[in-house]
Amino acid sequence: MSARSQTKPVHTMTTLKVREGFAPYLYQAPTAVLMAVLLLFPIITVVRYSLFDNVITNKHPVFVGLANYFNILTNEVFWTSLFNTLFFTVFSVVFHLIIGLGFALLLNSKVVNSIVKGLLRVFYIMPWVFTVTIIAIIWRLLLDPSGVVNYVLEALNVTNTRPEWLSSTELALFALTFVNIWAGYPFYMVSLLAGLQGIPTELYEAAEIDGANEAQKFWSITIPQLSPIILSIAMLDFIWTMQVFPLVWMTTGGGPIHATEVLGTFTYKQAFASYQFSVASACAVIILVISLCMAFFYVKHQKVRD
Amino acid sequence: MVASPVRRITVRVLTYLGLAIGLVYAAFPVLWMFLSSIKSNTEIFSLPPTVLPREFTLAAYDAIFADPEKVRFFINSYLVASAVTVVTLLVAILSAYSFSRYRFRFKKTLNLFIIATQTVPPITLLIPFFGLVVALHLYNTYFALILTYMVFTLPYAILMMTGYFNTLPRELDEAVKVDGGTSGYVLWKVLVPISVPGIVATGVYTFLLAWNEFLFALTLTKTTDMRTVPIGIQLLMGQHAYEWNQMMAMSMLGSLPILILYLIAQRYFLAGMTAGSVKS
Repeated sequence: MSARSQTKPVHTMTTLKVREGFAPYLYQAPTAVLMAVLLLFPIITVVRYSLFDNVITNKHPVFVGLANYFNILTNEVFWTSLFNTLFFTVFSVVFHLIIGLGFALLLNSKVVNSIVKGLLRVFYIMPWVFTVTIIAIIWRLLLDPSGVVNYVLEALNVTNTRPEWLSSTELALFALTFVNIWAGYPFYMVSLLAGLQGIPTELYEAAEIDGANEAQKFWSITIPQLSPIILSIAMLDFIWTMQVFPLVWMTTGGGPIHATEVLGTFTYKQAFASYQFSVASACAVIILVISLCMAFFYVKHQKVRD
Repeated sequence: MVASPVRRITVRVLTYLGLAIGLVYAAFPVLWMFLSSIKSNTEIFSLPPTVLPREFTLAAYDAIFADPEKVRFFINSYLVASAVTVVTLLVAILSAYSFSRYRFRFKKTLNLFIIATQTVPPITLLIPFFGLVVALHLYNTYFALILTYMVFTLPYAILMMTGYFNTLPRELDEAVKVDGGTSGYVLWKVLVPISVPGIVATGVYTFLLAWNEFLFALTLTKTTDMRTVPIGIQLLMGQHAYEWNQMMAMSMLGSLPILILYLIAQRYFLAGMTAGSVKS
């Protein structure tokens, strides 16, 4: 297009106007096509799959209405997965926020030299740089019954029973949540640090004149100022954490005996281990609906912020 | 209100203590991965555990480089992630230009749609993708991955690039247009050359997303020679469950491109990280 414009730079006003009228749509065309093929069409397909029986494996699937949904909702493992997912998600989000905010406050502290802060920030973001599979494998080594975590706990006299963190039905879900907290806090830290740096210092100065102490300043200036950011990252994090798959798949595979089964692994197994693509589709639609409900609030919140 | 010296020192000590604890929490697992990759396999589980290797060895790395099957994982990952980055950037630049410089019908709807796309669970798309990829005879090919990765890289790239274009003054393109430049000319010859930092940031982040992808790579490829690094690590874990030094070496090598990009282009990473949650 640019080559042509160099050789033929003169346009009559009308052709230019018509071309300009189409231009924004032309530029959006590749995106629109890709999003239709990769998003709209698959969503329609998965909803359709969920209403038929034996899709993919059978060439002539039969319409069964909501039977697949009924199948899912009466499956005990589904409810276990839902509970596990919620447990994992709620605790991850809460601790991501606490740890992320803690780090952000430390890195925003005036008493620390800025070079030290810059250097530490590089390290604090580290967990977020690694692929989930690598995070999974690192923690499998650390949390091995004869691994370094148990060694340190023994040395500190916390426990000497050498817990099997990832293969005990009581501990596995806690251990996985712990790992996920480690992997996810940097996202909060970075966003909240940017937020902290954007709070006008006049607010704190005014509060100091009024004799406010640190705690009062924190609760009545810092938190209210950060709350729009907190709300939006917590909502995104909630949506993303609910979709957890690789971390569980790579560490426990959902076991032992469904102790760490989450919606992601449950759906995946229905599809690619039992070849129940219709049931898996119904489950995938349920996950989509939950995500879209959250997304609705997220998008609404983003609009309000604009 | 003047803080007493005792209080000032206490605040200082507590802050540094917090920073130190944070450093151990954040960096110890990563350090342990590195140290384990240069230990022998027996030393990894020796009691008491050694921090620095008693005998430094690169045997684990040698074993990986000597195995063409494992080297292939890396080649695949580099190929797929690079291709995804190039195609994503091209499509995103066009779309972002339209968002940043034009007013058109459905602009708000399309923008909301792109923001909402970030929240669609990959597992929901997986089953139809599987059907689609099989139907298009793309199962177990690079194209299957390159195509499907676009669904999560594109929304990010568009939001990031739109944000960047919005920071460039409109007067710039108006001036070129008055001189008779077409909108294509404005985009490729005026805006793109001065947007290199934004394009690099978007490219780096896109590469990261593609490099790290697991679910689609697991499902849409089948043979070992088509697997990417994350799946390769999983396979390695299944095959040699006790060769921890090799698994750690593989993890180190698998993190290397991202780690290097991160260390030299830290602020670009931060830009990508906040693109989703910060206003578009």
